Amino acid sequence: MRSSPLQKFIVAVLGWTVALLMFFPVAWMVLTSFKTEIDAVHSPPLLVFHPTLANFTHVIYLGNYLGALTNSVAISLGSTVLGLLIAMPAAYAMAFFPNRWTKDLLLWMLSTKMMPAVGVLMPIYLLCQRSGLLDTLSGLILVMMLSNLPIIVWMLYTFFKEVPGDIIEASRMDGAGVLAQLRVVLLPLAGPGIASTALLSIILSWNEAFWSINLTSVNAAPLTAFIATFSAPEGLFWAKLSAASTLAVAPILIFGWMTQRQLVRGLTFGAVK
Amino acid sequence: MCTLELRNLRKVYSNVEVIKGVDLTIKDREFVVFVGPSGCGKSTLLRMIAGLEEISGGDFMIDGVRVNDVPPDKRGLAMVFQSYALYPHMTVAENMAFALRLAGVPKPERDERVMVAAKTLQLDALLERKPANLSGGQRQRVAIGRAIVRQPKAFLFDEPLSNLDAALRVQTRIEIAKLHNDLKSTMIYVTHDQVEAMTLADRIVVFNAGKIEQVGTPLELYHNPANLFVAGFIGSPKMNLIAAEVRSSDGRTSVLTLEGGSLFSVPKALVPGQKLTIGLRPEHIAVVAEGGMAGRVEVVEHLGNETIAYASIGAAQPLTVKLPSDSDVRIGEMLHFASRGQTASLFDEAGSAIMSPSA
Repeated sequence: MRSSPLQKFIVAVLGWTVALLMFFPVAWMVLTSFKTEIDAVHSPPLLVFHPTLANFTHVIYLGNYLGALTNSVAISLGSTVLGLLIAMPAAYAMAFFPNRWTKDLLLWMLSTKMMPAVGVLMPIYLLCQRSGLLDTLSGLILVMMLSNLPIIVWMLYTFFKEVPGDIIEASRMDGAGVLAQLRVVLLPLAGPGIASTALLSIILSWNEAFWSINLTSVNAAPLTAFIATFSAPEGLFWAKLSAASTLAVAPILIFGWMTQRQLVRGLTFGAVK
Repeated sequence: MCTLELRNLRKVYSNVEVIKGVDLTIKDREFVVFVGPSGCGKSTLLRMIAGLEEISGGDFMIDGVRVNDVPPDKRGLAMVFQSYALYPHMTVAENMAFALRLAGVPKPERDERVMVAAKTLQLDALLERKPANLSGGQRQRVAIGRAIVRQPKAFLFDEPLSNLDAALRVQTRIEIAKLHNDLKSTMIYVTHDQVEAMTLADRIVVFNAGKIEQVGTPLELYHNPANLFVAGFIGSPKMNLIAAEVRSSDGRTSVLTLEGGSLFSVPKALVPGQKLTIGLRPEHIAVVAEGGMAGRVEVVEHLGNETIAYASIGAAQPLTVKLPSDSDVRIGEMLHFASRGQTASLFDEAGSAIMSPSA
């Protein structure tokens, strides 16, 4: 099907509109981070102002930016690696040895994501408290991994489904055990899919705020909790909050930009052949 | 040495029995072909033999040892898949050496065994290529090579030629026949193509609806089909199966009234009034001057080496007749047909053979 120039024009306008709408908050945040606190709350909003780096220096030197950054990296990488280790065998079993419960199991796993996290805040908080996992990296890694696990299993399941079953069976005939099948056959064949699953898991963990804020205070606080500290009872510091947010999003934004081909391929897998 | 024995093998998928008790012994170095319509369970049975499907009941023995619960790679069997199932990220050589690598065979020996197999299959120039850069026929040869390299006790082929085009299929079929001759190992071959079955098999096993209909050499099945199913399945064009009733019998020969009214005599004592089905192979019917079955020619197919005519004799199905290529039958012509040399099969109402031509 070929589209007319007018159709192309409309689609382009629509596309740009949506893109700008989605980009606007991010752009405004970056802009605000360079304003003084007074300029930041100026009404009407200022587009021309004297940029300052004071917010960044404040946030980096007075706040614990580097500590939060390290925690964010550790939590998103840790929960992703752990999640993949658990999800890969699960997805392998469901993709290649399905039984009559497989579909229900998949749906059940996803259904846990349909419940608002706050619904289980109390039990999870108490569990973490009793087991001494409050405000620890390992505690947050565990909770983050569990919260992303359904999505990781679902994605891996879809990618593994794309690998012809015959190839796995051929490798079984050739003497490959489960580990060898995963390592020598599945890993290379579903590699791009596994990579985009890992990327998504990293991004989800990085941006997760609810558990980070509720289960950490100082020691294990990642960037999302760090940002929240600038919305304090003493007042809302828009410019510093924006600077903190900009610093928090920057690493994952750069990371996402570098891996965007991989991500898009993974997220539209199956839809676009 | 490799003898495979199937004793009352069963397969049940969530309360549906798909293999309903199969008894079969496959002798050492035998080439056995499982043939049957799609969905008859022949592939499932092969996968049970391979160890890829669990066996729900019965015993499967390799050289007298029960292997029901032995994992696929420990059974010493190699399988060639319809889809080739090559590892796309490995070269031809790596594909062929994969099983040896997993088994811990040292590299020099691996290379040597791959080379020997590659030479046999004329793959030696392609060893460094990836499967994506091979033609369908070459991929199938790699799949066979991967099986050969393992020096298995028996080869299992699951419709290996179905994905190839017609010309390549004939060529590869001949290669497989040659391979069996050279390797002298036991082979089980699943196909729905009766020409492959007839040309390759030492013995053919005809399956239908999860059960064996008949086991025999290709010619046994052709000449003495045990029932209507085998009669209709083996032979191309298909055997004519015509409903008939015994009109009279004198103790040595009987006269049958065929559907449509023609009379036909068979050298066999039968009970007058008995209803049965008569089977006549198209190649065993000749055009005669008069008598026999009278029919009007409806369709003529000139195949070059032979001519196939379809004539209406008043029965539900037209009579298929195979004629020499130079016969000049025309559509609309009225002809008389008779069986050559009394070659007819008879089946009772239940579909079992009650008389075969040689009886």
